[in-house]
Amino acid sequence: MSGRLVVEEAGPVAIAVHDVSKVHGHGSSAVQALDSIRFDVRRGEFACIVGASGCGKSSLLHLIAGLDQPTSGQIGVTGGGTSMMFQDPALFPWLSVEQNVAFPLEVRGVPKAERAAKVAELLELVHLAAFSRRQPHELSGGMRQRVALARALANASHVLLMDEPFAALDAMMRDKLHDDLERIVEATGLTVLFVTHNVREAVRLGDRVLLFSSRPGRLVAEWPVAIPHPRRIESREVTDLAAVITERLRSCAHAPAPVAAVS
Amino acid sequence: MPPRQSLLFPDRRSSDEATTSVARAAAAPELADAGFVADSARRRPLWRRLFARLAPGLGGIALLYAIWAAVVASGWRPEWVLPAPKAVLHRIWIELAYVDTWIALRITLQRALLGYAIALAIGLFVGLAMVRLRWLRGAFGGFTTGLQTLPSIVWFPFAILMFQLGEAAILFVVVLGAAPSIANGLLDAVDQIPPQLVKAGRSLGARGFTLYRRVVIPAALPGFVNGLKQGWAFSWRSLMAGELIVIIGDRPSIGTRLAASRDLADAEGLMAWMIVILAIGLLIHLFGFGLAEQRMMGKRGLLGAQRS
Repeated sequence: MSGRLVVEEAGPVAIAVHDVSKVHGHGSSAVQALDSIRFDVRRGEFACIVGASGCGKSSLLHLIAGLDQPTSGQIGVTGGGTSMMFQDPALFPWLSVEQNVAFPLEVRGVPKAERAAKVAELLELVHLAAFSRRQPHELSGGMRQRVALARALANASHVLLMDEPFAALDAMMRDKLHDDLERIVEATGLTVLFVTHNVREAVRLGDRVLLFSSRPGRLVAEWPVAIPHPRRIESREVTDLAAVITERLRSCAHAPAPVAAVS
Repeated sequence: MPPRQSLLFPDRRSSDEATTSVARAAAAPELADAGFVADSARRRPLWRRLFARLAPGLGGIALLYAIWAAVVASGWRPEWVLPAPKAVLHRIWIELAYVDTWIALRITLQRALLGYAIALAIGLFVGLAMVRLRWLRGAFGGFTTGLQTLPSIVWFPFAILMFQLGEAAILFVVVLGAAPSIANGLLDAVDQIPPQLVKAGRSLGARGFTLYRRVVIPAALPGFVNGLKQGWAFSWRSLMAGELIVIIGDRPSIGTRLAASRDLADAEGLMAWMIVILAIGLLIHLFGFGLAEQRMMGKRGLLGAQRS
C-alpha cells in the first residue's frame, strides 16, 4: 500500500524508496512511469539518477517531495522535509533576489532580523551578495539558478532534490555551478538526490550513480563513484566511468535513438 | 560593458549615464561570468516618456475636434442642436467654476469608488472561492460569464423595486456590473499562471491560504489587471446608467446634470457633460490602472517584450 515511510530522525538513511510504482492516467491511456523502484540514499550522500527521457526521473522526485502520491509502495524522508530545484529557476518575478531567498523563511515565520542575516549568508554562499536588490529578470540564467539554489537552501531541510537544474545552461556556466554545488554540499553536509540525463555531470557530482531504464522507469544498475573531490568534468576518471555508464544506458534503452547526449 | 575610461572621465557623459557606468563597474567582477545586462537602469526623463506616450493620443483628439468643427461649420444641423466644439469646451470651463459641479463630481466619484471597492471585494472572494472549489466553478462559472454579458441597466427595475429610488439601488447595480468581470478576470488569470511558480511555492513550504496570498495572487496579477480594468469600465457604465435613471432630489451628480440638460434641451450642456464623463473614465483608466500596470510590468521585466 502507498504511504509515507517513517525514517529515523538521526539514522543513516535520509531518503527511503520502497517498491514505489507510479501509473499516470487511467484505463487504456494509463502509462506506467515507475515500476517497483527500491533504493535508499544515505545521510549526507550525493546520489545521481541518470536515464533517457521517459524514465520517470521527474515523477520520482515529485513523489519524494510529496507533490504527488505513488500508486503503490512507500517513501520516507528524514525530518524537515525536502527542498527542490527545477530546470526552470521558477523565481518569483514580483520579488527581488533577496525577497525570493527570504520566501521560505517568511513562510516558516522566521523573525525579521534572523531572516535578513540568513538571506545575506546564503547570497554570500552563492556569490550573489552584490545582487540582492535586483529583480530576477535582470540576472543571467546561471545567476537565476544560483538564486534558486540559495532559496532552496533557505528551506532548511536536510534533503535537496534537484531535477535537471543545470540542463538549460551553457557548458561554462554549468561547470561553474558544479563547482559551487560541490563546495556548498561539502560545507553544509546536505543529502542530495540529483536527476540528470547528462552522465558526465552525474559522475562529476555524485557519490553514487543510479541508472534508470525508460518506459517504465526501472532501476537497472548503480555505480559508486570513488573519485576524490574536487573533481573536473573533463578529467580522465570522470570520462572513463561516464563511458561505462553510457554504454550500459545505450544497451538498456528500448529505442536506440533518444540516448542522452554526453557533453 | 562600458569602457574603463568612462570611470575616469565621468564629466564627459551625462550624469545618469555616469552613475550607471559606476554601478556597472562596481559590480564588474561578478558580471564577468554572467553577461549581466543593466538596460533597465538607462531611462529617459519622465516628461519625455509622458510626451512620447501622450502625443499620438493628443493628435487623435485634435483630429476629432477638427472633424466636429467641420461638421458644425457645414450647417448639417443648427447650432442649438449640434453646438460647436469651442462652445462646448467653453461651457465645461464655465461649469467648472460652480461649486455645484464639484459637489456633483464628488458624489459621482464617491459612488464609483465605493461601488468599485465593494465589487472588488466580492469579485475577489467569489473568484477565489471558484479557484479553490472546482464544483463551485462548475456550478456557477457559466452563470458568472452570463452575468458579465447582461447589460447592467437590466437590473435597474429590480433594484428600484428592492431598494426604492436611492443610493442603495445605484450601488447595487454598480456592484453587479463590475463584480462578475473581476471574478472572471481572476479565474482567467489564475488559469494562466506558470505552473512551475506554484510548484516552487509549494515545495518551499507555502500551503493553503499562504500559497494563495503569497504565490497565486501575485503570480496572477499581470493577467488580473485586465479583469480589474474591465470591472472599472463596467462599474462606470452602470453608474452613469444608474444616475440617469435614479435621480435623488438632494444628491446632485454628473448623471443628474446630464439628465437635466436633456430635459432643458440644452445641447451644449449635454455634450459638455458627456465629455466630462468620458474624460473621467479615461483618466482613471490611464492613471489609475495604466501607471500601476506599467510599474508592475517593468518590475517583472515584461515591458520590453510588449514594446517590441
